[in-house]
Amino acid sequence: MGLRPPLFSEHERLGARIVPFGGWDMPLHYGSQIEEHHAVRRAAGMFDVSHMRPVDIEGPDALPFLRHLLANDAAKLTAPGKALYACMLNPQGGVVDDLILYFCGPERYRAVVNAGTAEKDIAWMHAQAEGRQVDIRSRDDLAMIAVQGPDARARVEPLLPDGLRASAMQVGPFFAAEDAHWFVGRTGYTGEDGFEIMLPSADVAALWRALVAADVRPCGLGARDTLRLEAGMNLYGQDMDETVSPLDAGLGWTIAWQPQERDFIGRDALNARRDHPDRRDFVGLLLTGRGVLRPHQSVLAGGRVVGEVTSGGFSPTLERSIAFARVEPGTAADCAVDIRGKPVSARIVKPPFVRHGRILIAL
Amino acid sequence: MSDAPAELRYTKSHEWIRDNGDGTVTVGITDHAQEALGDIVFVEIPDQGREVDADEACAVVESVKAASDIYSPLAGEVIESNALLNDSPDAINNSPYDEGWIFRLAPNDMTALAGLLDAAAYQQVVEEEA
Repeated sequence: MGLRPPLFSEHERLGARIVPFGGWDMPLHYGSQIEEHHAVRRAAGMFDVSHMRPVDIEGPDALPFLRHLLANDAAKLTAPGKALYACMLNPQGGVVDDLILYFCGPERYRAVVNAGTAEKDIAWMHAQAEGRQVDIRSRDDLAMIAVQGPDARARVEPLLPDGLRASAMQVGPFFAAEDAHWFVGRTGYTGEDGFEIMLPSADVAALWRALVAADVRPCGLGARDTLRLEAGMNLYGQDMDETVSPLDAGLGWTIAWQPQERDFIGRDALNARRDHPDRRDFVGLLLTGRGVLRPHQSVLAGGRVVGEVTSGGFSPTLERSIAFARVEPGTAADCAVDIRGKPVSARIVKPPFVRHGRILIAL
Repeated sequence: MSDAPAELRYTKSHEWIRDNGDGTVTVGITDHAQEALGDIVFVEIPDQGREVDADEACAVVESVKAASDIYSPLAGEVIESNALLNDSPDAINNSPYDEGWIFRLAPNDMTALAGLLDAAAYQQVVEEEA
């Protein structure tokens, strides 16, 4: 049995199918994964993401520490509340984890890291922080709900604490607002507008029930996976890990090469990787033949294997199968995927597939 | 508790088998199986005329979660596959014992049908898995 989030009994009451994920027992779906997916694209859905781990990073050296720790540049965060997506690399240029970093105020940051990697990440951060005046604090005391969809913010608004409501409703995309106890980020993992709300574990069941009453549909990890895939967002452990550089995972845009003198972990390895003949392109795939794309299937072109699917599945919005794949640079757009020994035709496309309810690729 | 009609036969791998009384049987997957798989999004049905052995994988049901092989419960010839599943794979979710049937088989030996599980024995298999 895995760790149980504070909302576990709520999930059981709602008839969730529970699966192990990152050391936790989490809801996969509450009946129909596809209907949950559509609820987020069309109205509002919510996810218990209490398995994810907020980590507060504070102190006089917080900024120089983060500028060394992350491949994206924390110095880009100048406006309070602003968020940054970043990869934390090892010296070989592999991804230790991907995370969202929020700038809370001078010398005060909050990172949110993946569940399965949280303990490893925190140990890594501590090791890198040696000799610096920085306090790294894991916030196991917080729970987290992501409310996502075009109607999400409006349905959350009346449920926010009075002192936080106005500021939370005013923040722009990829910004956050906080009070002494709650933290509301206008961020997410679905390609829709919405909030990610961190709050004391003791308060989370009341918020969850109020959201259910406000007609926000509970959604499980299944819908979360198809939503993020459609939105062109990577999943750690599947699309990249410690052996894969961000340059091979479609995350080149998260590397801040400038200023050149910034010395971040993995920089030299990434420099060498840029023009390396083994470097792979990270692409989207649309299956034009019949079947379902799944991780580890081979991508075929010119009669040979040119790559591998990293994430794949059925897209409820497109009603087609889509995937991410790592392929040789220059692979022709018309290719095939080996599904149970048969080549099935596919086309390389540029993710995202869907954002804000709209299909962004030609079918 | 999922539904398992008394008039059908079953396998441990969650197929159901209906005796059509004309020397053929119809095969599908159980209510329990469809529920465990979740939303079904693609079905690969066997070609008509295919000869299959007992326990041979001859169809694939893909849900949002994963792909699952469907095994022929008996040896015989596939005489028809459910073409409705090409466009409406979710018929298996909505109607596992009727519209969601997968293929019809002419078994080489109809008496082998009696060797398959009855509803009570199948329910026990499901309970033991839980």
